[in-house]
Amino acid sequence: MSEQKKRPATKMVPVQTHAIVPDRDADKSPILECHHLGIDFGGLTAVNDFNLMIGRTEIAGLIGPNGAGKTTVFNMLTKVYQPTRGVILIDGHDTSKMSTAQVSRMGIARTFQNIRLFKEMSVADNVLVGLHHEMDYRLPSAILRLPDFWRGERIARERALELLSIFDMQDMADAKAGSLPYGAQRRLEIVRALATNPSLLLLDEPAAGMNPSETSDLMDNIVKIRDLFHIAIMLIEHDMNLVMGICEGICVLNFGEVIAKGSPDEIKQNPVVIEAYLGKKDKKEAQ
Amino acid sequence: MKNLKPHTRRNLITFIGLAVVWIVVTVLRGQGVLGRSASGLLVPICCYVVMALSLNLTVGIMGELSLGHAGFMGIGAFTGIIVSQSLMRAVPSVPLRLIAAMLVGAVFAGIFGFLIGIPVLRLRGDYLAIVTLAFGEIIKELITCLLVGVDEHGLHIIFNYKGLKGVEDLHLSETGQVIIKGAQGATGTQPIATFNAGMILIFLTLFIILNVIYSRTGRAIMAIRDNRIAAESVGIEITRHKMIAFVMSAAMAGAAGALYGLNYSNLVAAKFDFNTSILVLVFVVLGGLGNMRGSIIAAVLLYVLPEALRSMHDYRMLIYAVVLIAVMLATNSPIAQSFFARFRFGRKGGDEE
Repeated sequence: MSEQKKRPATKMVPVQTHAIVPDRDADKSPILECHHLGIDFGGLTAVNDFNLMIGRTEIAGLIGPNGAGKTTVFNMLTKVYQPTRGVILIDGHDTSKMSTAQVSRMGIARTFQNIRLFKEMSVADNVLVGLHHEMDYRLPSAILRLPDFWRGERIARERALELLSIFDMQDMADAKAGSLPYGAQRRLEIVRALATNPSLLLLDEPAAGMNPSETSDLMDNIVKIRDLFHIAIMLIEHDMNLVMGICEGICVLNFGEVIAKGSPDEIKQNPVVIEAYLGKKDKKEAQ
Repeated sequence: MKNLKPHTRRNLITFIGLAVVWIVVTVLRGQGVLGRSASGLLVPICCYVVMALSLNLTVGIMGELSLGHAGFMGIGAFTGIIVSQSLMRAVPSVPLRLIAAMLVGAVFAGIFGFLIGIPVLRLRGDYLAIVTLAFGEIIKELITCLLVGVDEHGLHIIFNYKGLKGVEDLHLSETGQVIIKGAQGATGTQPIATFNAGMILIFLTLFIILNVIYSRTGRAIMAIRDNRIAAESVGIEITRHKMIAFVMSAAMAGAAGALYGLNYSNLVAAKFDFNTSILVLVFVVLGGLGNMRGSIIAAVLLYVLPEALRSMHDYRMLIYAVVLIAVMLATNSPIAQSFFARFRFGRKGGDEE
């Protein structure tokens, strides 16, 4: 941990960019690189030879039929699973010896397919847990309620409310997280992930269970988050309107192998993808 | 009081309530209303309240079942007795010796909490419960093997694990005094524990626990309880935070143990067995997991109840069991909950309860 220096906090203030040429193209070094990544569970190879690079402010999509290994890739990137083969570089740093918590401090934040909030805690506290490392007071200061405790808590709470306001959730700050409606729980997970000051945000099926109007709001919000924080976002999603609408690069997985990579238009016309995807879909519809 | 945060107001009410109880009990004792037997219960009650509060930190806030909490109490009790007895000549002041005994008891229990925590906190759920149970019993047995005496040359300690040695092997001088006699436990201890010390310890424990809960550390511990994987994914170090909660819990139990040990002239290690751990766990569960005020009330009522039922002789524990079942049923029934909800002042849904 010691070699990790504290990264400067991403700014809430939107930086004006020249709209058509986004500033992400100026910086060519990728935030995330995966080289020959693979994992076996017993004899089963879940993901094999997964190669990917994601730019600093890119919105990337990871798609594929059910069971293709998409969430497994996320779990490897966040070290919930240790990859059997291959290398993951975050901002050029090898993560092979790191734990989930250390990877988080390197700048990867995520949400979960099946929502994992701290249900018994308030909405604000959920975000404050994400801001854990932004507060620098120590335990004795907390026990004795020294001034640096109050200062740290005040700044963190202000920032938590500011983050919640991205989704207009600041009024729910004192509600219990488990009592929120489904859509708000998904949004809270994103806010909590943003609180860790990430440079890459992984969203696992953010639109699952949402109706078309909520999905369209979510699409706007994902782009808004990228533009506000200048971070890369990678998402797993089955809603093709969302994926084709906002992703700049798409990676298609099938049976643990990458079968195609490219822009939305390239993916739409790729015969291998159509075969893998629509083939599955036809079978499902036939049932 | 209206413009305080809900949890601040609730905690303030708890502290005020405790202070009122302290004053009332002191006045009653001064008037001689409280009999000898009732007065004798005051210090143990304080100790068990602190035990319940500290176990609630492990069970309610950290969310792991620990069945060896009495072991830490035992460590605190016997180190406290050793400190107090061996400082008898050097520190004549009783309050100072009591403070020193509780501090050393807390430190030793904390050290053991740390050592036991290294293997135990890698486990979860039932496995953690079983291993803490084993460690609790091991501590008790280790204390039973101790022979400790003091004379002008200092402390004499024999670890009598074969059971072949006796008090004379301590080679104490004529002025020496035996403090712990193996299985016979501590004998001839000067009882210096007082009710006031007990109340101060409760205040201190509650103050520390509440201040930890409402801080980044407390939130991290509760986040691990609610969802370990999510907590890790936002950068919370699991082992470190579990260790903080576990060591604090053990240290507070140690301080309570020191006070408890110094309340009796004779004390055996067998007192700190599995039954005591379960007794404290019952206080915590009935008081409500994570609910500190509930732990205090449950500890007081459930400790006093068997004593109050002494006149019932053989039916005592039967009635105790029936009361426990009735309380569990009542607190789980929706009708009773809505009834009690009207009496919950300063409480608002959406907190750690």
